Amino acid sequence: MSSIEANSLSKKFGTFTAVDDVSIHVKPGEILALLGPNGAGKTTTIRMLASILKPTRGSAKIAGYDIELEQEAVRSAVGLLTEQHGLYQRMRAGEYLEFFGSIYGLDPSTIRQRTHTLLGEYQLLESAGLRLGQYSKGMRQKLALVRALLHEPQVLLLDEPTSAMDPESAHHVRSSIDELRSAARAIIVCTHNLFEAEALADRIAIIRRGKIIANDTPVGLKRKMVGNPVMELQLARPLDGALEHLPEGIVIIASGDNWVRYSTSQAETVNPRILNALAKAEIPVVTLARVERSLEDVYLQVVGDDGLREGMGDDR
Amino acid sequence: MTADASTPITLIRGAWIVARREIRDQFRDWRILAPILLLTLFFPLLMNFTATQAVDFVGRYGAPIIGERLIPFLLMVVGFFPISISLVIALESFAGERERQSLEPLLATPLTDGQLYLGKMAASLVPPLAAAYLGIIVYLIGLLVKVQWVPSPQLLIQILSLTTIQAILMVSGAVVISSLTTSVRAANLLASFIIIPVAQLIIGESMIMFWGRYHILWWIVLAQVLIAIVLMRMGLRLFNREELLAREIDVLDLRGTARRFVSSFRSGARNPMEWYRGLFSNSLKRIRFPILITSIILLIGFLVGYRQADVFRLPTEIFEVNAFDKDWLEVLRGFGMLTPSGAVRILWTNIRALLLATILGVFTFGVVAEILLMAPLAITGYFAGFLTQAGQGAAQYITALVLPHAILEVPAAILAGAAILQLGMAAISLPKGSSLGDGWITSLAEWARISIGIILPLLIAAAFLEAFITPRIAVWLLSGS
Repeated sequence: MSSIEANSLSKKFGTFTAVDDVSIHVKPGEILALLGPNGAGKTTTIRMLASILKPTRGSAKIAGYDIELEQEAVRSAVGLLTEQHGLYQRMRAGEYLEFFGSIYGLDPSTIRQRTHTLLGEYQLLESAGLRLGQYSKGMRQKLALVRALLHEPQVLLLDEPTSAMDPESAHHVRSSIDELRSAARAIIVCTHNLFEAEALADRIAIIRRGKIIANDTPVGLKRKMVGNPVMELQLARPLDGALEHLPEGIVIIASGDNWVRYSTSQAETVNPRILNALAKAEIPVVTLARVERSLEDVYLQVVGDDGLREGMGDDR
Repeated sequence: MTADASTPITLIRGAWIVARREIRDQFRDWRILAPILLLTLFFPLLMNFTATQAVDFVGRYGAPIIGERLIPFLLMVVGFFPISISLVIALESFAGERERQSLEPLLATPLTDGQLYLGKMAASLVPPLAAAYLGIIVYLIGLLVKVQWVPSPQLLIQILSLTTIQAILMVSGAVVISSLTTSVRAANLLASFIIIPVAQLIIGESMIMFWGRYHILWWIVLAQVLIAIVLMRMGLRLFNREELLAREIDVLDLRGTARRFVSSFRSGARNPMEWYRGLFSNSLKRIRFPILITSIILLIGFLVGYRQADVFRLPTEIFEVNAFDKDWLEVLRGFGMLTPSGAVRILWTNIRALLLATILGVFTFGVVAEILLMAPLAITGYFAGFLTQAGQGAAQYITALVLPHAILEVPAAILAGAAILQLGMAAISLPKGSSLGDGWITSLAEWARISIGIILPLLIAAAFLEAFITPRIAVWLLSGS
């Protein structure tokens, strides 16, 4: 059974449709990356799943609780890391976590114990004496993540978890999220960072203009979206006349002075034939290699160049 | 878990967690702490000095009454100054937290909207009220020591009640204002809608205190309690997660507003027939309760007028049956009656009156509109009462002079009153999840539907009846010719 089950969720603000017919299922122990440009509807989806906003249409269950009928239970079962960390500047980490812990009904000794453990895990113990206004962006984001984890939620909804972090902190947070998977939690990570999505997620759902336009494993997405493998052949001399030696049935995608790219569904048989033909014609070959297809290719394929311009990033 | 706010204890416990954090935060902010300390300790002592000097001074010139009135007035001032900070704290708590984007993590917790609202209300009220009470104590101790003045228990309770309810009023008003904005700056600009009426209120209270009519203060307390209840209800409606997160920026979207208005006005109708069908089957149905209330209010207006005829008596000879002969029609013609322009003038007067009632009703939750609409009925009631006292048949005169056009005018007035009441109450009876603007535009469209679709045709017909038919019926019935 899925910890997160969303069926045909839609959200309208006046006449604007922010989320349109989104269905998501995430099992315990699984991480889903909700990938999309800014304004695609990621945050609104997350807010609906956290029972902060009500869907205009559709339904969802979080840890078995209905997001509309059992809102308080849903919010108790969810740990939400919001896009803006939203810390209180004059408080200290301990006070801040004590405040949220008491809202979640945790007793003081549990709050103290978890605070100590989590602050230690996220390397914040040393700065526990500072006011939160004195924290760096990365430290604030880590503390916000600690806040989301404090009540040990069954479902974690993380909206841009590493957006403001330096590479080292971001790496640390990614590792922590990866570890949380083994604790049988369902996790959704909203991001526009392709590297992060590929590194963390078991499945990636690409959202654009409120609609989920692709949803699969990273490998599955690549297979489905970018089609047959692409090969690149590089020669030691210009291409002149060399293309005549390529067998029929392969599709030329691009070519340059001394190189050509083609796609084929049967590289195992086609590539030896090409190499043989070129050898017979005494055309020297430098390399024949498979072109690696990245998630960016998939993303571009799905959302097009517009999507990239709308705010896609690769800020790994 | 705190999330379960089904009992008052859990509701208060959740609210207190929110309030405690905010209060603790306030005591770390010298910009809030400094004025509170100043107004709690220094200001009461200054007022104390002022009071004793004033008592001495006016006593020397044989006008001790001025001093007697000044001391309770300064007691009120000492209480009011610290609570004025509650407005700033409330704007900071509601609009500020939203602006700093620290509200969303709080909204993601199991706390209910009610717990968050109450917690923030308490956080805005507790420190300023504590400061006000403390300031009052300091002031009273000073007076006791220096001039041996002790307030009567009634005066003390009145001042404490006024101080408390004014603080609640300002904070609940601040919540409503904060819900309309996304920044403290915008909220501060809108806060003049609270500051100006409260300043007027203080001036009024001061005048009453110098006048020595202390019992009137109880009525002021009662009126403020009612307004505070209305504002708190409004605030509870507006302070919900949906409304707080849906509003991103303060933009005046005239086109969007016009679209919403037109859409609500049309209400999905494809042709005039459908529109009229919807008007009768839906719009009138929705204002059933306001129709009942307005009918009762107008009836009360008539009865009050009838009773007043006994209190404010007129000489009976001012009304003579002989006046209603055929010459009277000529007199009326001289006033423009029995002519189309007379009918138009009557119609215009009625429309103006309803527009004025609407404008005043919008700002007073419909109350002033109902009072205005009561006036003609009260005058008619007074007229009927006067005729009864004069030994004339009231029913006959009412039938002759009022009934022919009142058959249409009174239903129009009842419907207008109901539509205005609905519009005036729109802000405090918003559909769950609806914003103040959306709710109000929808109600305005509903008011326009009823006004244009039913009230206006009724008024047009009534004006022509009043101009052409009523005078003839009056002459026919009252002169016998």
